[in-house]
Parts: sequence; C-alpha cells; structure tokens
Amino acid sequence: MLLRGLAGAAALTVAIVLVLIAYKVVDQAGDAISAFGLGFITSTEWNAVTNQFGALDLIWGTAVTSLFALILAVPIAIAIGLFLSELAPRRLRAPVGALVELLAAIPSVVLGLWGILVMGPFLESHIEPWLNIHLGFIPLFGGTPSNVGLLPACLVLTIMVVPIVASISRELFDSVPGDLKAGSLALGSTRWEMVRSVAIPQVSGGLVAAVILGLARALGEAIAVSQTIGGALGRPTSIFGSADTLASRIANQYQGAATSLQTSSLAYLATILLVFSLVANISAQLIVRRIRRRMGTR
Amino acid sequence: MSTEVNPLTIVTPRARRRKLVGTIMELVATSAAVLAVIVLLIVVVSVARKGLPALNADFFTKNPVPFGQTGGGIKNAIVGTLIMTGMATLIAVPVGVLIAIFNTEFAAPAVAEFVRLVLNVLAGVPTIVIGIFIFGLLVVGNGQSAIAASIGLSIVMVPLIARATEEVLVLVPASLREAGMGLGATRARTVVTVILPTAVGGIVTATIVAVARAAGETAPLLFTSSIFANAVVTDVHQAMASIPLTIFVDSESPSVADQQTAWAAALVLMAGVLIMGIIGRALSLRTRRQIERAR
Repeated sequence: MLLRGLAGAAALTVAIVLVLIAYKVVDQAGDAISAFGLGFITSTEWNAVTNQFGALDLIWGTAVTSLFALILAVPIAIAIGLFLSELAPRRLRAPVGALVELLAAIPSVVLGLWGILVMGPFLESHIEPWLNIHLGFIPLFGGTPSNVGLLPACLVLTIMVVPIVASISRELFDSVPGDLKAGSLALGSTRWEMVRSVAIPQVSGGLVAAVILGLARALGEAIAVSQTIGGALGRPTSIFGSADTLASRIANQYQGAATSLQTSSLAYLATILLVFSLVANISAQLIVRRIRRRMGTR
Repeated sequence: MSTEVNPLTIVTPRARRRKLVGTIMELVATSAAVLAVIVLLIVVVSVARKGLPALNADFFTKNPVPFGQTGGGIKNAIVGTLIMTGMATLIAVPVGVLIAIFNTEFAAPAVAEFVRLVLNVLAGVPTIVIGIFIFGLLVVGNGQSAIAASIGLSIVMVPLIARATEEVLVLVPASLREAGMGLGATRARTVVTVILPTAVGGIVTATIVAVARAAGETAPLLFTSSIFANAVVTDVHQAMASIPLTIFVDSESPSVADQQTAWAAALVLMAGVLIMGIIGRALSLRTRRQIERAR
C-alpha cells in the first residue's frame, strides 16, 4: 500500500510539475503580456532604454535556424538510420551506432565552444569567402564572412539533431518485418528499391515524428546557439549575418535585465518557446501512439 | 552446339542503371554514417588538443585568479558541479524509479499511457524554459542557490531515469513476478525483493546516463546559480560555480587565457560525460543479457 501510494505520488508530481512550469512561466510573463499584448509577437523592437520589447526577430531567427538545420540534418540522419539498419556489416552496427549516440552525449556548451572558436573561424576564412565569390549573387550568400552568425549556429544545431533523428530512424527501419524486406528482395528489387518501395512507406509516419522531435530539439537549444549566432537583432538576408533566437536571447540576458518589464519580456519569450515545443512534442507523441495502435503493439 | 545465351545472364541497360542507382544510394548512406563519426572525432580531438596544454594540478586544486593574472584553476566549479549534480541525482533517482514502478506495476494501462505522455512532453521542454521556471518559483525573493539549480537539473533527469527504468522493469520475466506473488508476497513486497534487485543494473545505467546529461547542462543554471563567490562554496543555499557555466562564460571572452580555461574545462567535462556514456552503454548491454538469461 505504501509503495503504491509513493509511486502514485511520484507520477502525480511530474504531471503537477509540467502544469506548474506552464503556470509559472506565463505568470512571470504577465507584466509583458499586459503591456504589449499579442503585439509583442509582431514587434521587432528590443530596447531596454525605451522599455519596448518584441519577439518577431527572435521568432524569425528560431524558425530559420531550426528549419535550415532540419533540411541539412534529416537526409543525413535517415541515411545513417538506413546504414545502421540495412547496410552496415553486422560487426560494425553496434560500434557505429554507439559512436553516433555519443555525438548526442556531447554537452551543448562544449559543442558551442567548438563552434565559436574552431568551426566559426574556419567558416570565416575558408568556406564563406568561397561561397561569397562563387554564389554571392544570391542574397543568401552575400555579405561579409564572419565567425559568428546564422551559418555556424545552423551547423551546430545540425550536429545536435542528426543523432536524435538517426537513432529513431534506425529503430523504425529495424521494426519493418523481415518478411516484407525479404519478399521485396526476392521479387528482384535492389536493396535501395526495397528501402524506397517497402521500408520507407512502412515507417513514414514514424519518420515524421522523428523529424518533429528533431525540430523540437533545435527550437529549444539556447546555449550552443547563443554562443555561435552572434546575438544581434534583425533578419539578415545572408546566412553570414548575425541574428538571435527565442532561446538564445533568454540565455544571453541571464546576467540581469535592466528593468522588471525586460525580465517579464524574457518570460514572454519563454512562453512562446514553451508553446512551440509543447505543440511539437505532443503532436509527435500522438503520431507515435497512432502508429503503435495500428501495429497492435504498445 | 547452340549459341543462344542463358536469358538469366542478360544484362539490360535498365538493369545496369537500377544496379548503379542502388550502389550510389548505398554509398550515400555509408558516407553519411562516416561523416557523423568524423564530426565526432573532430570535436573530440580539437577539445583534447586545445584543452590538454592547460591541464595541470593547479587547474583542479586552485580557484580562478582575477582577470589579467595567469595561473589558477576551476576548483570551485568542479566542486559546484559535483554537489549540484549529486543533489539533483538524489532527488531524481527515487522519483524516476517510483514513476517507473507505478507504470509497470500499479497503473491501469490508460493511466500509464498518460504518465508516459507527460514524461515525454516534460523531456521535450527546453532546458532554458526550466531555468526560467525555477527562477520564478524559487529564485525570485530568495536569491540564487545551488539547491534551486539542483531542482532544475532534477527536472531534466527524472524523465530520462523513469523511461529507461521502465524499459528494464518490463523486461523482468513475468515468471519471477508470479513466483513472488505465488509465495504469498504482496505486490509491493514482490517489487522490492524480486523485481528491483533483478533490474538494478538497468537502474544504475539509467542513472549514469542521466547524470552525464545533467552534468553538462548549462541552461538551468543561468538564472539559478550564475552569480557566485570566487571560492569553493559548500552552503547549498548559496549559488555555486559550475563547469558548464565556466565554459559558457569563458567561450565568449576575448581573452586567450579565458578561452584556454574554457577548453580545459570542456575537456574535463567531455571526458567525464563520454566515459559515463560508455560505461552506461556497456552496463546496459550486460543487464539485458543477464535478464534474458533469467528468462
């Protein structure tokens, strides 16, 4: 009876904590919500002197960095999942899988340190000038190369998202019944044709959920992004430009906001971020649940 | 002798193209995996190369020196990280294990499903938002403290421990559970004397993985334990220095000496986290094998 009560209380506690997180964050944002209302979302100002704050540039920065990171990470991650599940020699699967998972274990602050002091300068002196010379006519690659900005932030996020999506994809491909794979191969498909016509359609729902979870990871990363993105307001047209995201702006201002309205505005940013991540996570969970029910497993 | 060829060996251009496409796609998938491993190696090697020169006994045994002076170490940050991660673990392990027990032993399927959803959603809450939450809950009015930071870290750890423990608990063979209850033990007694001892390896693994994650977390500390004395602090009601925050602050410093400190701190943190990750993985393989043998 005692154990049952304790166990139930623990489960209840996490549910309460989740609700309390939402309540406390929105509560702290109260002043900013009543001062700026929904206009906060469409305002580009962030000025402690005039006490005017808005989130548009930060929402833009969050969307651009996460989407760009996903565009790079998803094909690579699914390819790794396929390699680990279908192609790699049996002896290599466990060690390579473990290495990919270790990539996820590197603390984000270490990845950010590497991003700002190693990758950033390398991009500035080698990659960005090349892109600028050859593709500079596209606004995306115009502007001055810099060691911080959208490009290094996106690349660091890509490194963080790849292992998450890769390990889920691998589990998904492993879950495709061997009969189906064998059947396709027996009909004369090449391995790629089997993957394209049998394996991927079988797990497409799960892949969508994996991508959403990767997106949630990218949206919420504060530390590594704030180290590499340059921390500037604005919506640069070039990937060399500096920007800021919801999460990185909060992290940048930890040393103390000038006014209480600014503190409250940071909580408003956290509220928006929380809504994004709740929507992403809950929809991914619902997709997974639907798939499990269809497959008749837990 | 007829000269007709075996139809099975005819290679049409279409077949050749299909084979070529297949080979190319297999190469692409292989190179993606190679790329991930290379990136891991590059990060690990550059942290090691830049961090090693600054590692010496002083680094572990002395506190930071004022800006501009050379020497000193990060003793206060190492102690702070050990204490805060330790307290977070003391909170998170019992809560996480109890939730796993609730889900596998006591909860109705629909309730367990809901608890799992809550855990997954909690695991997805950005850690910077957890920092803002703890700031509003515990720091406003009381000031920063190691205990507030630890509670923030424990929120990061609980879902990891609960989910991983649950995965091990469901592997415990039903025959063991039935044997315990068949001997007249209550459900609770069966859990404590039969199921938990069988799954203890898995719980240890889950804890190691969660500790590795919490030790490297920076965001929950920013608003809860970032303004601290330049000395070893052991009072949990005061803010403490930490390794991740040292790296975060020093990585953005223009001073080469600070950057050097950041690299050395990163090396210490990364070595700890990766070693814990490897031990955790090895242990989890062993536990699984043991439980499978018990079946």
